[in-house]
Amino acid sequence: MSDNGKANIFNSRLMKLVIVGHVDHGKSTLVGRLMSDTDSLPTGKLDFVKDICKRQGKEFEFAFLLDALEEEQEQGITIDTSQIFFNTQKRRYVIIDAPGHKEFLKNMVTGAANAESALLLIDAYEGIQEQSRRHGYILKLLGLTQVAVVVNKMDLVDYDPEVYYKIKAEYTKFLGSMGIEAREFIPVSAKLGINIAKTSGEIPWYKGPSILSMLDQFTEKQPPTHLPFRFPVQDVYKFDERRIISGRVESGTVNVGDQLVFSPSNKIGVIKTIEAWSVENQPIEAKASESIGFTLEEQIFVERGDVATLKSDLPIVSTTFDVNVFWMGKRHLEKGRTYTLKLTTQEVPCEIVEFKKVVDASTLETLEGQEFLAKNDVAEVTLRTVTPVTFDLFGSIPTTGRFVLVDEYDVCGGGIITTYTPSKSDRLRDEVRNRDFHWLKSDIKLEERAYRNGHQSTLILIVGESGVGKAKLAKYLERKLFELNFQSYLLDGRNVALGVSADIGSQQKKQEGEVLRRFGEVAKLFLDAGHVVISTSNVFNQEDHTDLRLLVEPRQVVEIFVTDDKEMTENCDIRLSIAEAEKESEAANTIYNYLKNKKIFAGHNYSI
Amino acid sequence: MDHLDELENQSIFIMREAYKNFKNLAMLWSIGKDSTVLVWLARKAFFGHCPIPLVHIDTTYKIPAMIKYRDEFAKKWGLNLVVGKNEKALSEGMNHEKGRLVCCEALKTMGLHAVMEQEGYTGLILGIRRDEEGTRAKERYFSPRDKNFEWNFKDQPPELWDQFKTSFTPDTHIRIHPILHWTELNVWEYIHREKIPIIDLYFSNSEGKRYRSLGCAPCTFPIDSKAKNVVEVIEELKNTTSAERSGRAQDQENTYAMQKLRARGYM
Repeated sequence: MSDNGKANIFNSRLMKLVIVGHVDHGKSTLVGRLMSDTDSLPTGKLDFVKDICKRQGKEFEFAFLLDALEEEQEQGITIDTSQIFFNTQKRRYVIIDAPGHKEFLKNMVTGAANAESALLLIDAYEGIQEQSRRHGYILKLLGLTQVAVVVNKMDLVDYDPEVYYKIKAEYTKFLGSMGIEAREFIPVSAKLGINIAKTSGEIPWYKGPSILSMLDQFTEKQPPTHLPFRFPVQDVYKFDERRIISGRVESGTVNVGDQLVFSPSNKIGVIKTIEAWSVENQPIEAKASESIGFTLEEQIFVERGDVATLKSDLPIVSTTFDVNVFWMGKRHLEKGRTYTLKLTTQEVPCEIVEFKKVVDASTLETLEGQEFLAKNDVAEVTLRTVTPVTFDLFGSIPTTGRFVLVDEYDVCGGGIITTYTPSKSDRLRDEVRNRDFHWLKSDIKLEERAYRNGHQSTLILIVGESGVGKAKLAKYLERKLFELNFQSYLLDGRNVALGVSADIGSQQKKQEGEVLRRFGEVAKLFLDAGHVVISTSNVFNQEDHTDLRLLVEPRQVVEIFVTDDKEMTENCDIRLSIAEAEKESEAANTIYNYLKNKKIFAGHNYSI
Repeated sequence: MDHLDELENQSIFIMREAYKNFKNLAMLWSIGKDSTVLVWLARKAFFGHCPIPLVHIDTTYKIPAMIKYRDEFAKKWGLNLVVGKNEKALSEGMNHEKGRLVCCEALKTMGLHAVMEQEGYTGLILGIRRDEEGTRAKERYFSPRDKNFEWNFKDQPPELWDQFKTSFTPDTHIRIHPILHWTELNVWEYIHREKIPIIDLYFSNSEGKRYRSLGCAPCTFPIDSKAKNVVEVIEELKNTTSAERSGRAQDQENTYAMQKLRARGYM
């Protein structure tokens, strides 16, 4: 025996295989048979199970070898995924036996999502059933395309080739409609051990491989190192003098010295070191699927959910996108309810904007006009999130293009992002990103200006119907802050329109948001200079406010809504009645105290 | 990337998810090979530090060498060790002669219960693996337990694309299993590669016996083995067809012993 050990260690990587299909089509029997035929059972296990069967007066079944839970043996169905290990000459396998009962779809999904290849079983006698189709569809949504179909129980149809070819033709067509091509259709009898470990004389008309030799032809899943670099921040650690940004590389590669862009904030940082503990050499590069940590040359604020990429290949940042989703929740997926979207390390509230197509996954029939998604079905929907999400299309980078939906406490749905059409806000966001990259930054930091001014720069928007006293209040507030030695400045929307936007006349341009864009960019300049900008413009609607915030990010925006209308429920920071706004001194105090509480105004002892 | 790197990266990801999502988190350290690998993985995940307290449930029937090893490495690695005991059951004379399953439940499950309550942990990291025995094969990486510690194995959360169950109703806690996907052989290969100091009860003694799985002295039996070091253990495992926990008496009590124990909160 050699002492270094490593060279003679049989590669113990496990090929992860899932077995799916309709209930009672023989998945557990096949798994039990595979274990038995590859001598993978622990000593005494076969006798132990045979003995239990005898004592309980049941006929022995291979399925009992893996149904560990009492309830499963009693009901004769697999409730949860179970895992079984076996070896061939070529390699080691772990088989995930996924339940075929419709009720246990979430367990089947759990099994299949963790697999790199799949066997889909169809009973020759019963033919293609509900779960045969549903499981096929789910495999496709999970991105699992290394699939072979096993036509089981051939003994029950006297090894009739016509039965086999009929199933093969029908199911090939079904898979083809989803863009999957099965690697092989293997006729077997799991119960009798035919075509499992080796091909057999009972089926002379079949010239393809046995199940075992098919499995050995499958290839191991490789980490997506060839795709653009994606690094969702998992956490930031400060256990010692190092500030380590940790996470897993979801795709691509990265090196020490690379300049990273963090989305959605567009902050930029250069990798100083890649940290690791108990390794011979400190790493200088990191690749897809590695859980790593790095330090940056400059200290910038990043947090969980930010996604680091290279500038040359940026991800999509948006709030609205189209997805394919499957649903496992007890109650329907519906419009008007808020769900949590979990995508990489991001967690964002979201809702359904539109059901584009709802499909009964057992028949693949479209459920016309259905405005909800029931358990076990699939749909194409448009999602909208409350704050922007960083992602890629599933077709481009699978690991950053898939997500789950949480209803209250439970993961109830999974999906992939299929298409995305940039909205007006998305185009603005792109502009901001581009502007931030090329902005010539002053040596004077924002914190330094804040320290001198005694306040952070802030945009105060006073909004409401015309004639409610906004302008008066704004002027009063500007004067009050000025006399407190603060840098206040009244920037009325009209003033920007008169000068900067004088070239825009037509109504059409206004609609395209150019007026708003220019106002935002002017405000951004003042904010950059450290001012408290007060604006009274009511030209802009609520959606425009969202865009304004986007343009001046990361500066703060405080909205003051003057109204007597109790029905108005729009989001704002301070709400004043018309009477309250008229008492300008008290109203200005309310605003001042709010800003103080929010630590926007810290007074002249403001510390960084 | 070889298969050990693949396993290690996945486990580190899970451990970091646990650390981020649970304010009050602990890790169970039984002194055995699996939970010692967990401690090692934590130090990898957190760059030399182990920011998660380690809970050891002392039944007082542990093999004495285990306690010595525990105290030595807790000190050497700077670990925050919390020792839990079911004092009440012990003072009433609980032992395995009252029934192995009764004893396991009282001293281990209830002992753990007491520490969790006292410290208010809502997340607990454990080193169980799917290949150990049938009910563990059905576990999730993030597995909820209700207020009575009970495991509803019939209605488990789906787990896909490393999106785990991290939100839960008050009164429940989550068990986190970062090495669920490893095999016994993987654990030993990793110990070998990383040169992790493992308690020598796992290696063949002068009488030609070693422990393959560690537990309480009265209920854990060594196997015949010539394997004196990590490399020899790996060789032995490649050629064995006997089960890892065959030396653990509580597993053999009756057909569904482990299912019953684990449904009620056993590790």
